[in-house]
This record gives sequence, structure tokens and C-alpha cells, in this order.
Amino acid sequence: MPEQLVFAMEVTLNGLMAGVLYALVALGFVLIYKASGIFNYAQGVMALFAAMTLVGIMQGQVPFSHVINAVFGGHVTHFGWNVPGVLAIALTVAVMVLLAWLVQVLVMKHLVGQEPIILFMATIGLAYFLEGVADLMWGSEIKTLDVGLPQGINLWIDETTFNMFGYGFFIDNLDIVATVIAALLVAGLVAFSQYTKQGRAMRAVADDHQAALSVGISLNFIWVLVWSVAGFVALVAGIVWGTKSGVQFSLSLIALKALPVLMLGGFTSIPGAIVGGLIIGVGEKLFEFAIGPMVGGATENWFAYVLALIFLVFRPQGLFGEKIIERV
Amino acid sequence: MFYREAGDFKVSYADDSQTFPIKFDRYRYYVVLAVAFGIIPFLINDYWANAILLPFLIYSIAAIGLNILVGYCGQVSLGTGGFMAVGAYACYKLMTAFPEVSMFIHVLLAGGITALVCVLFGLPSLRIKGFYLAVATLAAQFFLVWLFNRVPWFYNYSASGQINAPERDTFGILITGPNAPAWATYLFCLIFLAFCALVARNLTRGTLGRTWMAIRDMDIAAEIIGVNPLKAKMTAFAVSGFFIGISGALFFAVYLGAVEVGEAFGINKSFLVLFMVILGGLGSIFGSFAGAAFLVLLPVVLKVVGVDILGWPTDIVAHFQLVIVGALIIVFLIAEPHGMAQLWRVAKEKLRLWPFPH
Repeated sequence: MPEQLVFAMEVTLNGLMAGVLYALVALGFVLIYKASGIFNYAQGVMALFAAMTLVGIMQGQVPFSHVINAVFGGHVTHFGWNVPGVLAIALTVAVMVLLAWLVQVLVMKHLVGQEPIILFMATIGLAYFLEGVADLMWGSEIKTLDVGLPQGINLWIDETTFNMFGYGFFIDNLDIVATVIAALLVAGLVAFSQYTKQGRAMRAVADDHQAALSVGISLNFIWVLVWSVAGFVALVAGIVWGTKSGVQFSLSLIALKALPVLMLGGFTSIPGAIVGGLIIGVGEKLFEFAIGPMVGGATENWFAYVLALIFLVFRPQGLFGEKIIERV
Repeated sequence: MFYREAGDFKVSYADDSQTFPIKFDRYRYYVVLAVAFGIIPFLINDYWANAILLPFLIYSIAAIGLNILVGYCGQVSLGTGGFMAVGAYACYKLMTAFPEVSMFIHVLLAGGITALVCVLFGLPSLRIKGFYLAVATLAAQFFLVWLFNRVPWFYNYSASGQINAPERDTFGILITGPNAPAWATYLFCLIFLAFCALVARNLTRGTLGRTWMAIRDMDIAAEIIGVNPLKAKMTAFAVSGFFIGISGALFFAVYLGAVEVGEAFGINKSFLVLFMVILGGLGSIFGSFAGAAFLVLLPVVLKVVGVDILGWPTDIVAHFQLVIVGALIIVFLIAEPHGMAQLWRVAKEKLRLWPFPH
């Protein structure tokens, strides 16, 4: 088998894994967009916030400690205990639910009925706010996150492919775990929205706000629920990305990576987010592999966007989006 | 009492269609111009010019440009940073290729080049709308920044990858470079701002502006009554790109002097200008000024209060700034979604009747 082809196969596999990670972030967007028509730019920052909170709780950091120290003078930094991973995750979920409730009560409730662009701007404001709060609470230095996810090269794949092609593929264990987590998460979300009372109410709200209201569904509750679920998805994405590359500001930029995924898959479709993620992941890795060296590299920054842009010209609602019908 | 059309009789068509038909408005405009051109240049020093006045003037131009696209034509764009970069690099290439030509020409040409690029990236707007378009303009943002980073021709093969503004003058007065006097750079930017604001104000009052607004309010209905969406959208992108290109050129050549494209024209710049437009008021020229002034002053005020008066560490103040900007945006959107321009309009309505409201 020619060498280039083998390399291309490895790149494709890695692209698929990266695509799963993009899809993980994109899922959070789709959930909120479907249920409330809000395009939540803050999703990436929520992932950052969740990951930082998780690290902070695990290490027993005192929230806002360095602000308190700087303003009032003092040297408090840690409570002096370490919280085990599972408990810390549970606590972080609680924090994200609280955050969802606050967002609903303080922000979104007052903006019902505004134009979508205003809601979008509000979530950008929310993103700035959360980023600032996260830095003030936990400090802005890079942190390592370790909740026990395996990392490093997968030896089994390495050996098998070496025996087959004479060249061992490099696949990170973490990527495989992430794929499994993403699959579980999607299955869980689908089950939740199909088979539970709240899930069905959520879909009803997504279909038609007023009709949902008229059969006695509390919009307030559903929106808090949706933001909580999105917060949970953000936490999962934060854990995976944080384990991969450390918890730092750049984590919030994964939101920007998820946008072309959404455009490709359609803002309203969960399978679309997954398929879009895979296409973008594979596409950008293959493009960088084949064309990148010719034009100076780092094409990953823009390839996804340009691909999505070209794609949209031919199919404006994305792959799986609902058909756009306009009435005058 | 102040904003009253009554008693202000127009006796010619020229009178009737002038830029500011209400007398008080017109005088106020003359006073602002007189102060800006006649008084401030004599009082200005380097700190005021660099910390407040230059960024305010330059961001105002950018905000007017973006406001035409977003506020008047309804096409949301997140590619402002990338388009400003086009203006900056076009200006840089022109400055280094034709050193003897006046800076005025260079900046205008940079605006023209940006307009072309903007139209090119605006083409998809004929097919895609709303959020999809907003995200699509991000393609322009990332692609352009990458292009200026990776293709050495744009930065004249300099080792650092930065571009530095060489010393250039206009009518014998130094405009760019570290030795340019503060009043000259201020006046140079002010002339462009006054020009852009006047053009924008008159375009938006005329046929072109009305077709933009028709497209914004409902594009299908506009098409049915005979507005050509291709022409309307492309002109909006072109005019907006022209202004944004001018502001990018000034931002690089006059204000910063040396630019690293990812830092100066990154995605944050796009958001900053968009914030100015939204906070100031969509579809309002005055709003563009108000938004730019607000977001230029806010960090300066916070720094003076936080670092100089309270003595907090800079990084904490920077984080507080994020929190405050974010919170302010949310509060503003909740309290007054139409921006500061709406506050001004309300004040004007009150002034009409004041001091006898009944």
C-alpha cells in the first residue's frame, strides 16, 4: 500500500475524532437554539467556566481568593482539601444549574419577544461577563484537569495497523473515550427528549411557544431546563477539551470552531451537529494534509468556515436544517 | 421649544432638502464642527490624542460603516476586523509603493479596495440570511487574517511579520510615524470622520438608504415593490466596506503605527465594533458616535479608577472590565434595546415641548 494513502487514512481517523469533539460543543448550541430560538454564543465560555469550576472544586480553591487577597490583603488560597472527581462533577453540575436559573431569571426573561439579533448580542454580553467572572473566581493561569480519563497513544491500534500496513497509526486514547462519551451523551439526550415528560415538553416548546403555553407547559421552567442541559453538555465538552489541552482561555474559542459545524449541519438538528462535526473534522485535517504545505499551513483556522460558506450557497438551511419557508 | 419645525419656513427646494432641516439641529452641528476643527487642535496633547480622541474618531468611522450594513440594511456582519485589516494592509502596500503620493489618496484608495473585498464576501448574502450570514462573515474574518499572516508579499517580507507605518506627509505636514504632531493626526482623522458622517447621513436619507431599509424590514416585500436586492445589498456592502477600510487604514497608519494582524484585527475587534453599533443604536449615525465614545472611554475610566485610584493589580482590573462590559451590554439590551440614540430621541421629544408640556 502506498505510504501517502496510509498517512491519509491516519489523518482521516484523527479528523473523525476531532469532529466528534466539535460535535460535542455544537450539541449545546443546537439544544438552546431549538428550544428558545436563541443562538447562544456563550456556549464556549460556559465550557470554560464549567471546566474551571471543576478544577477549582477538585483542588479546594477558595473562590475569588486572589481578588480578596488583592483588595483586602490576605493570603487565603485553598481550603486545604481535595474533592474526589465524581463528587466535584456533581457539584459542578449543581453550579451549572444555578447558572442556568440565573441566566433565565436575570437576563432571558426580560428579553422575551426581542429580535433574534438582540438575543444573540445578549449572549455575547453573557460570554464576556462569564469569562470575567471565571477569571476572577479561579484565576486566569493555565490549569491541568485530570478526572481519570485515559490519555496517550492507543497501543492496540498502533500494533494492529503496524501489522497490517507496516506503519502504526497514532490515535489518542482520550479521543476514543471522547467518542464513546459523545455517543452516550447523544443517546441520553435523544432518550430524554423522546421518553420523558420534560423532554416532550421541551420539544413542544421548540415547536411552538404559544401552543405549548396553552396546554399548560411552563416556559420559564423549560428554558431553565434547557439552559441546564446545555450547561451539562458544556461541562462534558469542558472536561474532554480541558483534559486534552489544559483549562485556559483558549477553551472558550472552541465555540468558534463549532459554528461552521452548525452551519453545515443546520442549527436545528442534533444528527446534523454530529454529521457536520465529522465532515468538518475530516475535511480540515485532510485539507491541511494535502493542500496546507503548499499555501503556508495553519489552514485549519479558516477551512471550516469557507467550506460551510460554499456549502450554504447551495443549501441555505444546512444539511439537516428545517426548510426555510418565508411568508409575506 | 428647541426641536420645533413650526415657524421654520422653507422658501426653496434646497432649503427643504438640506441635511439638517431643523434650525436648532443645524446650529448645533455647526457648533460641534467649530469646536472640533477650531478649538480642540490647539488644546490637544499626545496623551489625549492617543488615549481618547484618535481611537474615538477612528472607531466612529468603523461604527458608521458597520451601522450602514447592520443597522440600515439588516445584514449582520462579524467580519469587521478582517475588513479593517484589508484597509490597513492596502494602505501599507500603497504607502510603501508610492511614497511621494499624499496620504489622503492612499487612505481613500485603501477604502476603495476594502469595498471591493467586502462586496466579494457579501455575495453569499443573496442566498443566506440572519445568523447563517453572520457566521458566514466569520469566514471572511478568519480567512483574511490568515492570508495577511501567511503571505509574505502583504508585509513586504519583513522578518517579524509585522507592518510598520513609514513616515509620510500630506501638504508637507507629517501624518504618520512617531514624530507626527498630535494636532495633525487628530485633524487628519477628523476630516475623514466628518466626510464619512456627512456621506452616510445623506446616503441614508436618499433613495439608496430607503432601499436598504426596505430590504432590512422585509426583503421579500421589498423585492415585490421593485427594490433590486442584488443592488441594494451590494451597495450596502460596498459603502460599509469603504468606511471600514478607511478606519482600518487610519487605525494602522495614524494611530498604532505598527500592527500585528492577529492581535490588532482579530475577532475581538469585530465584536467591539458591533457592540458600539448595538449600544449606540442600530440605524442611527448619532448612535455610532455615542457607541464609539462610550466603549473607548469605558476602559480608560476603569483603568483610572481601578489602577490609579484604588491601586488594584492590572489583571484584576482587566477581568473586572470584562465583567462590567458584559453586564452593561445585557443591562442596555434589557433597558433600551434601541441604544443610546433612542435616549437622545426621547430627549429631543421632551425638548420640543419644554418648558410648557401641555
